Amino acid sequence: MQHEAVASSAEQVQPSGEEVRDRTNDFAFKLANVNGTGSASANGLIMQAIFRMGIPVSGKNLFPSNIQGLPTWYEVRVNAKGHTARTSVYDLIVAMNAETYARDIREVRPGGYVLYDSTWPLSPSLSRDDVTFLGVPYAQLCNEHFTEVRERTLMKNIAYVGTLVALFDIDMDIVTGMLKEKFARKPALMESNAKAIKLGYDYAREHFDCPLPMKLEKMDATKGSILIDGNTATALGCVYAGATVAAWYPITPSTSVLDGFKAFCETYRTDKATGEKRYCILQAEDELAAIGMVIGAAWNGARAFTSTSGPGISLMSELIGLAYYAEVPAVIVDVQRVGPSTGMPTRTQQGDILLCAYASHGDTKHVLLFPANPNECFSFAVKAFDLAEKLQTPVFLLSDLDIGMNDWVVPRLEWDENYKPDRGRVLSKEELLALPTPKYYRYSPEDEYGVAARTLPGVHEKGSFFTRGSGHNKLGGYTEIPDEYQEVMDRLARKHRAARNLVPPAIIEKRQGATFGVLTVGGCDPAVREALETLEERGVHGDFLRVRGFPFGDEVEAFLAEHEVVYVVEQNRDAQLRSLLILETSVPKEKLRSITAYGGFPLQAHQVIEGIALP
Amino acid sequence: MSYIKKPLVRHPSLRTNQLGLTVRDYEGAMSTLCAGCGHDSITAAIVRAFFELDTPPHMVAKLSGIGCSSKTPAYFLSGAHGFNSAHGRMAAIATGAAAANRKLAYIGVSGDGDSLSIGLGHMSHAIRRNVKMLYIIENNGVYGLTKGQFSASADVGSKSKRGEANAQAPIDPVMLALGLGATFVARSFSGDKAQLVPILKAGLLHDGFALIDVISPCVTFNDHEGSTKSYVHTRKNQVPIVQTDFVPLAAEITAEYPEGSVAKVTTHDGTTIHLRKMAADYDPTDRTRAMTMLRERQAAGEIPTGLLFLDSTGGTEMHRGAKTVSTPLVDVPFDELCPGRDALEKLQAAYR
Ligand SMILES: Cc1ncc(C[n+]2csc(CCOP(=O)(O)OP(=O)(O)O)c2C)c(N)n1
Ligand code: SF4
Repeated sequence: MQHEAVASSAEQVQPSGEEVRDRTNDFAFKLANVNGTGSASANGLIMQAIFRMGIPVSGKNLFPSNIQGLPTWYEVRVNAKGHTARTSVYDLIVAMNAETYARDIREVRPGGYVLYDSTWPLSPSLSRDDVTFLGVPYAQLCNEHFTEVRERTLMKNIAYVGTLVALFDIDMDIVTGMLKEKFARKPALMESNAKAIKLGYDYAREHFDCPLPMKLEKMDATKGSILIDGNTATALGCVYAGATVAAWYPITPSTSVLDGFKAFCETYRTDKATGEKRYCILQAEDELAAIGMVIGAAWNGARAFTSTSGPGISLMSELIGLAYYAEVPAVIVDVQRVGPSTGMPTRTQQGDILLCAYASHGDTKHVLLFPANPNECFSFAVKAFDLAEKLQTPVFLLSDLDIGMNDWVVPRLEWDENYKPDRGRVLSKEELLALPTPKYYRYSPEDEYGVAARTLPGVHEKGSFFTRGSGHNKLGGYTEIPDEYQEVMDRLARKHRAARNLVPPAIIEKRQGATFGVLTVGGCDPAVREALETLEERGVHGDFLRVRGFPFGDEVEAFLAEHEVVYVVEQNRDAQLRSLLILETSVPKEKLRSITAYGGFPLQAHQVIEGIALP
Repeated sequence: MSYIKKPLVRHPSLRTNQLGLTVRDYEGAMSTLCAGCGHDSITAAIVRAFFELDTPPHMVAKLSGIGCSSKTPAYFLSGAHGFNSAHGRMAAIATGAAAANRKLAYIGVSGDGDSLSIGLGHMSHAIRRNVKMLYIIENNGVYGLTKGQFSASADVGSKSKRGEANAQAPIDPVMLALGLGATFVARSFSGDKAQLVPILKAGLLHDGFALIDVISPCVTFNDHEGSTKSYVHTRKNQVPIVQTDFVPLAAEITAEYPEGSVAKVTTHDGTTIHLRKMAADYDPTDRTRAMTMLRERQAAGEIPTGLLFLDSTGGTEMHRGAKTVSTPLVDVPFDELCPGRDALEKLQAAYR
């Protein structure tokens, strides 16, 4: 019945007009839903199934800052070549939110498909001639097969998974296997999920030509890879680095870093017999306190970190300056979101680059690490602790919402059993007593990095010193004498410069006949690579560089020097990375062309291509 | 300033404590505060307390914020690590330090500006978390270091040096702490060493957060007529509601106290605090009574001092509540912290 109502308007297959081409393992689709209806697990299920079929895939969650009721989207891109940056060219849309039908249907590319709940007729005004409408009466099916109200809502989502399994030819065994794993301890849930999937699947097989031209075929491209989000990987990195104190104040999108840290610590660091914990997590009263706690713990010798987002960094700035000047290690994970102010809390941006580089008043400069994916989140988190302690300074791990909260296919995380934390220069009791000087002095003698040995409270009286954020000389004593003050400030500048050889080096990829360079950072990586490859196919060649640390290394300087024109691709309005390059390298600023995208969604290749003025 | 060294002359007849240290060994750099500043008297009392407790100086961590009061950690215990941090932030930094290493003794020195304005949130939450530390508010009713503005503890009607009267109601740190559930709350006066030293000692041994509000007149900006934090005003209106004495268990001298008028409280480490009851019916272990008594006395214009409330169990101290290992976290070996390669391999099965 619902069929007839729709058929008149839209449910006829329309020739797309576009050339017919094989879309196996190369397409994108979008799932439009309502926040809080349980669609996340359904969407995750599809994404994971594709991943298990060995096909490169990415899933981007475009969600509102809301708990329940507002529209939410999930985009999946499948690409055999491994281009998994966001794309807004949708071959199919699963329209499960009537409120956004109009917009969702408009977004499907000509020749594409719209899968919708045909329990209710689609308004004729939504009709399009160049797409195919596939109606499945999900609500009706679920009402017939499930009794509980909540279940009826949830299972609509699972049912469309079943339809997509049929339409894309997803391996059903993989899906069933996943359900078994997921609900190993909840057989009742397992059963209803399996039932819902079958409902959607059977309906599709009976009513539509399955599979569609865009379908999936098993590959071998995700072997040795995992599907993980950046925040989880960061949390794991903090555990592996041996962090014992974490202090934080909840903020999207960084909250799951601490959720993950807590969960991993419960698994790995809690004594099963006694319940004793070899970690301490402090949910602070605000970010001012969170960074204070990190500084206190690190001053005492613990590996300590906080995780936050832009507004938190604003609040932390005063104490970040204290840690810089007093030379206390601190690891700050900043999962960037859209600013200024509260901005768009659930959207992504790279808007904190300058804020973090120079956080706090006075001459301050910090060490930044820029991971581009969860794999780097893991290894850079470990690196952050090593650098913070080696250099005795705050180190920022500058992630963002796209990296932190979306699942990425990345190479498996590796762990070197021989890893020893680099605690930097910390004098033991024996070393203190063996000092050639009768007293220990906090800020001298310095080593090649401009770092002096520190001592920890409780070790020995000889090591006691007075940490202060007020003017001090190289011995640690209070001073207001210009030369003494400047001497310390100059050493701090030297120390920062020394970090350029300690941060992860930039990734550079050169092409034959390149006429320009493209320099980018963090989560822009896949879109920029895709753009360069696409341009390559059109005979336009550009070199690629992704910075992974600040201060910038010599290789960045060299790259800038080698190219006449360098496009700087980043996700913020004011081209912050470009500004930082101009300030901190010798590049003439005319050389740097800026390509920015800052609407809050992950970067797309076409945005980069459009920004590059073709020769 | 705090780099000024004190001459290291030690009188041969100076008494030594059980560690063989003299009181001079608990001193710090020369004070640069105004002569007569109450804060210096508190410094002296702190020195005395640590000396009498036989504390190894390097097992103490001394922290502060910013203000005249916050400079004082430089003036005691030069053998201890010190941290003069940022205005109002001491409590947070001390909390993190205590999280990392639970075997040190923590002493935090703060001002009424530092604690009751900019740092009010942090102090409140350190109380709520019950961080094991001695938290001293050197309360002079003004901002000393920024030259005499009213602080949040200035009483209504209290006059500034220029004669201006304060209009806003004060925050009373003692009432605040009691309301927040602090397990050790005391008030004293910088000019009353006899009372202050035993309270400091009890606070240092308390197995939780110990707050001591010490009226500490600012001779430069708030020691004039009309100030309610002046020496004269405090001396005139101070009412020792509980006379406290502190007795280490090793050297019991309980007999010195008249029977019947002394309440004996054993602290967590087995040492004993004696509370001599001034007000006949005052019970320092009853929170509600303490609050009522304070309200009544304060309404009468009095400054009740002494150990005002004590939960000798220490309550749920931060680490006890969190079930942290007894080994300080800084001393847990890395291989007990890092799950290792095999665990990572296994874990990643969940991310397939
Ligand atoms: C963020 C910040 N704001 C303001 C100041 C200026 N400041 C320094 S000390 C102080 C007040 C000190 O008063 P109090 O804590 O009562 O200590 P006292 O000097 O009276 O002992 C202020 C406002 C500062 N150092 N930092
Ligand atoms: S200004 Fe007041 S508080 Fe500061 S040192 Fe002088 S007397 Fe003490």
